Amino acid sequence: MSGAALPVADAGTSGCQDLPVLKQRGQREVFCGLTGIIWLHRKMQDAFFLIVGSRTCAHLMQSAAGVMIFAEPRFGTAIMEEKDLAGMADMHDELDKVVSRLLSRRPEIRTLFLVGSCPSEVIKLDLSKAAERLSGVHSPEVRILAYSGSGIETTFTEGEDTCLASMVPQLPDDGSENSLMVVGTLADVVEDQMVRVFEQLGIGPIRFLPPRRSADLPPVGSGTRVIMAQPWVNETVEALQRRGANLISAPFPFGVEGTLEWLVAAAEPWGVSRERVEEVTAKARERGRASLARYREVLEGRRIFFFPDSQIEIPLARFLHRELGMVPVEVGTPFLHRTHMGPELALLPRDLTLSEGQDVERQLDRCMAANPDITVCGLGLANPLEAEGQTTKWAIELVFSPIHGFDQAGDLAELFARPLRRAQLLEV
Amino acid sequence: MDLTIWTYEGPPHVGAMRVATGMKGIHYVLHAPQGDTYADLLFTMIERRNHRPPVTYTTFQAQDLGGDTAGLVKQATRDAYERFKPDALLVGASCTAELIQDDPGNLAASLGLPVPVIPLELPAYQRKENWGASETFYQLVRALCLPHAPEPAWQRPPIEGRRPRCNLLGPSALGFRHRDDVKEITRLLDQVGVDVDVVAPLGATAHDVARLGEADFNVVLYPEVGRAAASWLKRTFKQPMVETVPIGVGATRDFLREVARVAGLDEEEAVSVVSTELPWYSRSVDSNYLTDKRVFIFGDATHAVAAARVASEEIGFKVVGLGAYNREFAREVRAAAKKLDLEPLITDDYLEVEEAIQEAAPEMVLGTQMERHIAKRLGIFCSVISAPVHVEDFPARYSPQMGPEGANVLFDTWVHPLMMGLEEHLLGMFQDDFEFSNDRTPSHLVAAKPEGSGSDELAPATSAAPDSANGAPTRNGNGSHGDAEIPAETRGSGRDGSTPSTAEGPGPSDPQWGDEAAAELKKIPFFVRKKARRNTEAYARQQGIHEISVDTLYEAKAHFGSR
Repeated sequence: MSGAALPVADAGTSGCQDLPVLKQRGQREVFCGLTGIIWLHRKMQDAFFLIVGSRTCAHLMQSAAGVMIFAEPRFGTAIMEEKDLAGMADMHDELDKVVSRLLSRRPEIRTLFLVGSCPSEVIKLDLSKAAERLSGVHSPEVRILAYSGSGIETTFTEGEDTCLASMVPQLPDDGSENSLMVVGTLADVVEDQMVRVFEQLGIGPIRFLPPRRSADLPPVGSGTRVIMAQPWVNETVEALQRRGANLISAPFPFGVEGTLEWLVAAAEPWGVSRERVEEVTAKARERGRASLARYREVLEGRRIFFFPDSQIEIPLARFLHRELGMVPVEVGTPFLHRTHMGPELALLPRDLTLSEGQDVERQLDRCMAANPDITVCGLGLANPLEAEGQTTKWAIELVFSPIHGFDQAGDLAELFARPLRRAQLLEV
Repeated sequence: MDLTIWTYEGPPHVGAMRVATGMKGIHYVLHAPQGDTYADLLFTMIERRNHRPPVTYTTFQAQDLGGDTAGLVKQATRDAYERFKPDALLVGASCTAELIQDDPGNLAASLGLPVPVIPLELPAYQRKENWGASETFYQLVRALCLPHAPEPAWQRPPIEGRRPRCNLLGPSALGFRHRDDVKEITRLLDQVGVDVDVVAPLGATAHDVARLGEADFNVVLYPEVGRAAASWLKRTFKQPMVETVPIGVGATRDFLREVARVAGLDEEEAVSVVSTELPWYSRSVDSNYLTDKRVFIFGDATHAVAAARVASEEIGFKVVGLGAYNREFAREVRAAAKKLDLEPLITDDYLEVEEAIQEAAPEMVLGTQMERHIAKRLGIFCSVISAPVHVEDFPARYSPQMGPEGANVLFDTWVHPLMMGLEEHLLGMFQDDFEFSNDRTPSHLVAAKPEGSGSDELAPATSAAPDSANGAPTRNGNGSHGDAEIPAETRGSGRDGSTPSTAEGPGPSDPQWGDEAAAELKKIPFFVRKKARRNTEAYARQQGIHEISVDTLYEAKAHFGSR
């Protein structure tokens, strides 16, 4: 690495690829995969997400993210009722009717996702079959796909993974043409920044999954290099690999170090050297470092505890540890994919608890015993922990904010620094 | 199977959570998958509670389904008992667990725990949140009070030599202003010489609930939650029920008369304690402009019915629509609507409510957060009067809806969003003032209709994205005709009620606006313009006029009156 030395932790303490993982079975205090719709329906503006589920699903969607803002959102719930449960054949008829009504009301919709829920999975309502049947009626105007966002199968961000994976078989074949596909929903501004860097490096074409319009599906083939932009798209990249694409292994683009390593790894198959990437990104890295320096004094040496939420916990712990000097006490993740997370695990310090899954009661006991300086947790736990005198950061904000890349590194640090500053600031 | 975009009520187990979370020392074991834990945030974020709701979820996963989900229930119940040591356990299933039929209530009861275990059967595919709260409270009251029930032949002795005592039934967690209503009504009852014994479920322990039968009578503060339990107490403990909900001045007086009757107090003496500003503020001459303001009311039945009375009798509004989303209380809404000569709207489909609001063209909406959004889109004033709740419905200040102070709060929150009388006249007289200009957003609605295209509210309709047609591809590319006659103010939203339905397009028999008439229409203040437009078009159709002229506009005005 060239330029001013990054204030990274001593390499001797790093590397926990073989760290034991604490797995406890108990109450899991996490969202289900349906919640992914909250950002997916914004990202793909010509798609509609129809949850086939219960009143609980509909209530979750309007409560979870406080999204009751938009006139008519591009998601809805087909609520199953007592009479639907009586006969499966009628249920399919009912679903067909709902879909027809919906599509006639919203003719601008190009892709309709039928989203499976806990109740639809338990009664084994086959939504893939329904999608095929309905495609027969509504294609080519509307593509109809199905995926599961159910809480018995998916946790929070895994809903995006199952959604994107359902799109993979639909992607056009690219033959062996070289291209780079970035997988996982990113803020539009981040995508634009990435495209600019790749253009400067002479890499392309660059494609994003999900695309901004669901009708513009990115092609895939044996020349496609795939890189994960979000840590939760495991099933999707495996499906892309089955379509012949090659996966690039890299740390995730959080912080200056993570973003550089991510770009270097992305550039490598194009024969673009690390030196060239460093040269092109020199200014941006300098800006990133400068923006982080401000937060280091607030965050350095502070102990942080992550409850499992989105799978973003490990990369963020790495960033906070190596670039801001924070001390991760426990890093919880809802699901650990050892291969995809390998480059991240290699950069984590060894003296932390890595936990997968959850028994929320025992984890709260550990958290209170550890008494960290800041706890990253879900919305159900934050205020109760604050009332116990803990400082918290809502995990969901880490999924909803532009935090990738050099120019967002400072914003990412700010998300952790603000609760600490606020705790100090308040005199009441 | 119904397509739902927004819902007024959650599932019934959320109602059960409102009861459990409102109480102390109660724990609820809910057989449910992990995603159902979202419900915790309703309490910790919307209500800003500083404790987790007392709920243990079994969070079974797909891999458990073939195996021993019943074992999970038992384990979770045992663990919850050990950890939280509650005085009583509620045990039930959410929608998904209902399908796997583990019967969690009986499983938990079989564990032989040393506290009452109350099984809850809340059919998730038939019922909703309020019913779930009511049923849970009823089951809890029944289970805890039954051991203290008197012989059926027992008669309640008269109250002698002491102050009468009552219970307040119905307040719960996540209720619309329940915290403040309880305080206000407790204070009011104290003033008339009545003590409040137990408030339940809000703030009550299992032991408090067990002694509900000791009070002289029950006040059903929120019938949606408390009436079923109060009815059972009336039958079992011979406790009279006070059923008038004291929202508004008239209802507060009626409430006190009812209290006085069951408590053996003097009615007029009781009523005399009511001290509130509302009657004088309403009679004050500056309130003249409130006369016959058109209001549309929608909410839970109790709050909607109460609001209709306050609006029509105490503020002098004209109620042009009345409805509720909870069918269980449709009877009460129908009765209230009949009095006002209205067709009641009983629905939980918010699109239907939106249509009804457009149709009624009110100047103000009194509704839920849902109607607040509808009103915002239509550019109408709105005050929130009922659950479903939003974080804004838990103000830091004391802000009850009930009792004398509640009446003051209603006056302020309903009247302040409206424009003052003289301002209205000035707007009417000097429409060419650049600040009043038709193409500008009215200053007091800036928050509702921000100018420019940066707003989320306008983005879908003003951008060139496919969304812009809002379901009407025919509108793409025909902006230069057809829609051209429509006054400029309707641009930016195709759903604001002042535009003919774009989905259908102008029909051949629809009257068209002449240029001069369209210009004249713009001179009418924006808040009555939609009404004028509708009336004029209706008049033109009735008279068989194809092109609306300035004369048609004024003929219609004379025909319908200025309101």
